[in-house]
Amino acid sequence: MTIHTDDGLATYNFAYLDEQTKRMIRRAILKGIAIPGYQVPFASREMPMPYGWGTGGVQVTAAVIGPDDVLKVIDQGADDTTNAVSIRNFFAKVAEVETTTDTATASIIQTRHRIPEEKLKEGQILVYQVPIPEPLRFLEPRETETRKMHALSEYGLMHVKLYEDIAKNGHIATTYAYPVKVEGRYVMDPSPTPKFDNPKMHMSDALQLFGAGREKRIYAIPPHTDVVSLDFEDYPFEVQTFVEPCALCAAHGVYLDEVILDDKGGRMFVCSDTDHCEKRREGGHRGHLAGDARETAQ
Amino acid sequence: MYVAVKGGETAIRNAHRLLANRRRGDPSVPSLTLEQIAEQLALACDRVMSEGSVYDRDLAALAIKQARGDLIEAIFLLRAYRTTLPRFGYSEPVDTAAMQVERRISATYKDLPGGQMLGPTFDYTHRLLDPALAGDEEVEAPESHESDETPVVRVSDILAREGLIENDGVSESEEIGDLTRTPMEFPMNRDTRLQALSRGDEGFLLALGYSTQRGYARSHPFAGEIRIGEVDVEFDVPELGFTVTLGRIRVTECQMVNQFQGSSKAPPQFTRGYGLVFGQSERKAMAMALCDRALRATELGEDIVAAAQDEEFVISHSDNVQATGFVEHLKLPHYVDFQAELDLVRRMRAEHAARRDSDSDSDSAMPEAAE
Amino acid sequence: MTDQPLLCVNGVSKFYGNRIGCQDVGLELWLGEVLAIVGESGSGKTTLLNCISTRLPPTAGTVSYRMRDGQMRDLYRMGEAERRFLMRTDWGFVHQNPADGLRMSVSAGANVGERLMAVGERHYGNIRETAEDWLGRVEIGLDRIDDQPRDFSGGMRQRLQIARNLVTVPRLVFMDEPTGGLDVSVQARLLDLLRGLVNDLGLAVVVVTHDLAVARLLSHRIMVMKDGAVVETGLTDRVLDDPREPYTQLLVSSILQV
Ligand SMILES: Nc1ncnc2c1ncn2[C@@H]1O[C@H](COP(=O)(O)OP(=O)(O)O)[C@@H](O)[C@H]1O
Ligand SMILES: [Mg+2]
Repeated sequence: MTIHTDDGLATYNFAYLDEQTKRMIRRAILKGIAIPGYQVPFASREMPMPYGWGTGGVQVTAAVIGPDDVLKVIDQGADDTTNAVSIRNFFAKVAEVETTTDTATASIIQTRHRIPEEKLKEGQILVYQVPIPEPLRFLEPRETETRKMHALSEYGLMHVKLYEDIAKNGHIATTYAYPVKVEGRYVMDPSPTPKFDNPKMHMSDALQLFGAGREKRIYAIPPHTDVVSLDFEDYPFEVQTFVEPCALCAAHGVYLDEVILDDKGGRMFVCSDTDHCEKRREGGHRGHLAGDARETAQ
Repeated sequence: MYVAVKGGETAIRNAHRLLANRRRGDPSVPSLTLEQIAEQLALACDRVMSEGSVYDRDLAALAIKQARGDLIEAIFLLRAYRTTLPRFGYSEPVDTAAMQVERRISATYKDLPGGQMLGPTFDYTHRLLDPALAGDEEVEAPESHESDETPVVRVSDILAREGLIENDGVSESEEIGDLTRTPMEFPMNRDTRLQALSRGDEGFLLALGYSTQRGYARSHPFAGEIRIGEVDVEFDVPELGFTVTLGRIRVTECQMVNQFQGSSKAPPQFTRGYGLVFGQSERKAMAMALCDRALRATELGEDIVAAAQDEEFVISHSDNVQATGFVEHLKLPHYVDFQAELDLVRRMRAEHAARRDSDSDSDSAMPEAAE
Repeated sequence: MTDQPLLCVNGVSKFYGNRIGCQDVGLELWLGEVLAIVGESGSGKTTLLNCISTRLPPTAGTVSYRMRDGQMRDLYRMGEAERRFLMRTDWGFVHQNPADGLRMSVSAGANVGERLMAVGERHYGNIRETAEDWLGRVEIGLDRIDDQPRDFSGGMRQRLQIARNLVTVPRLVFMDEPTGGLDVSVQARLLDLLRGLVNDLGLAVVVVTHDLAVARLLSHRIMVMKDGAVVETGLTDRVLDDPREPYTQLLVSSILQV
């Protein structure tokens, strides 16, 4: 299946990548699923968007997407951030798939930095964009060495870092890209999602795929897999909590963005997951700063 | 009342329109033609072809125009195009000994078969701005003479005949590595490493090559030979049972000759550093050759003491498309993570303040206790 | 008790190209025994130590070790995972330069605790308590537990390195010139401490030193090396007081002043 662009000059294969490349990526994905949390090297392609801007996620999505899929793309939890828009438009153009902002109707959700608040279901695929897939990278810069550490399950160093956090601050000071152990074997970087989202990865009904384009790695968490955030028995893993509810939809227990309202210290907290927030408002929930939900384009 | 920011789509559309407008510049000035770019900014095209890894001068010119002259952006455009191309196979190695040479110099011999040929070089120009170039002056036709069809012997072949320089090296495996089709793994074979260097960033390799000359892994290099010219690209078609010539490309080759003391494995002899790039780019080819030699430290049993010898460091950071993407991705929103850090810093500051207060409480309690 | 040695070295040779590192060395080490390898600089002590401790594959020969389950195992036939596990639990390695054996930008407490965490200890309080205990045993003030070794003196760093190695209560410890870079008064204190720990824990030790005084103080047995080969072995007092080989006599008369 090929897609013709408006000007008729260039033609692209369905979902941009050629079938051979897709098969190569699918093999990497299957291997990743077979060995949860293990980083599978793959021959990442140059994509028409810059490295570091989601090329890994885009390649994974391109390899798994079919004409009947419904795609949602979020960045920072929001469907309308520029890079999310750009990636969504890319697939709308090169795969002509239906797109949505509704978490529940999406069959594939590509994300950067968040996991949707709404619980994901069986059959859904969550594709993460990963900048640095190696959880040990900042403890040991050498790929040759970190691969050995994974192979031999030498993860003492990871706990050394957490130990240092507690010794220095009285608590673990890692707030995002918080390392997890997958199915009791591989230590994995969940991508720079806030640790708030870590528990959502555990025993998820959805398939979770991770693509790092620049670093050329793919990894996966199959559905119903054990995902444990690293911690100490006496300093257990904890997620962020927010004192106030969302100023627009009054939700508690969700991740909030801080929005600066003026230059006098005025600020408000609103849902980072825009779809979740909108749905709640449609359902009649009102935060203290919600007016009538009119939206403007600027 | 607060209205959530929306309008990413519109913002992007408007930005693209503005970009197109700025790219065109003042509409009263004629638009550049691709021929003009290809002909008159030929070395820019060469760099874009070389680091973009596609030998196509027209596409390079188009990319340069589209990128408003930003060469790394142009390289990126070409690379993104390149990945979509089907792969028919791999050409035979180009034979640079059979090159139709336009420039050929050796720093190791005063004269040699085939002679020294300066060719179109900046080398002995005085770098004085030339106001005449602001206009459209006629230039003289170049001096030319019949070539005598005898191939210009490579300096490395002259040395090799006497056994003074190591062999050209045999590929470590049957199949030539292809870093665009197989995942990169360290340690690398030299063939894959040379590929990475050839498409690596000119500025990065230049700086690394320079660092070896300044003592960070010194290799005592001599520019054995630099040659620029056209070579045939041949393709072996299994169905036909013979090779066919696909066309000619212009390349720059640099063979550095480096001193080597010998080791337990090899007698004292000269070693090679190799550079080969598309088009005319001596700076890049020479820097590449210096880096190649430095990166052979492990193979030659040399101590690894400097950045230029560190394969993982050099190869992981030499690709400017990767580098620019990741450096520039910092401008993407990171507010979810920043929020997490904000929360942590606030909390730690509060704890710090609480500790300080309780400390000063106990300080002020001291005199009482003493009384 | 067992009648098998802890460590068995057979015909170990190491060549660097044509140069001999060490040649055809054999030795046995028993639980609780301290063996000193002495000889002048360049005689092959470090090479041998590295070959025995699996840090440098020998050109020829075998090294076997009695595991905790009593099995003798050829170390170079063991998988890397098992060997590395052995190295960080049942063995220690004390480098001459503490910076080679410590994480210089990680606190003293974490340096000591790392091995515990590597073998699965997951209780911060317990790890810290054990680290405190070990810092005490190597005479480092508890107020230094959160400081990094880069702020420590040479002697303190060496004591920290020792604590970091002993925290898993290994059975066998390798030491390469453990007092090498220290000045004399600091050396004496460290030797004293080492002797106490070795006795208390019943460690088997292979210590490399060019300093016969160190060998005298620490070891039960001595092995003298010259040009990569062993020239004499025997009980420490016997070798030092009554050397049989001319080379040993020379070594003892020219250097020994204990
Ligand atoms: N990496 C090496 N490469 C080549 N020769 C070496 C190397 N390491 C040691 N040697 C040589 O092996 C011999 C023994 O050295 P070494 O084991 O370091 O002795 P010692 O520890 O007794 O001073 C010396 O001749 C030394 O020069
Ligand atoms: Mg030594």
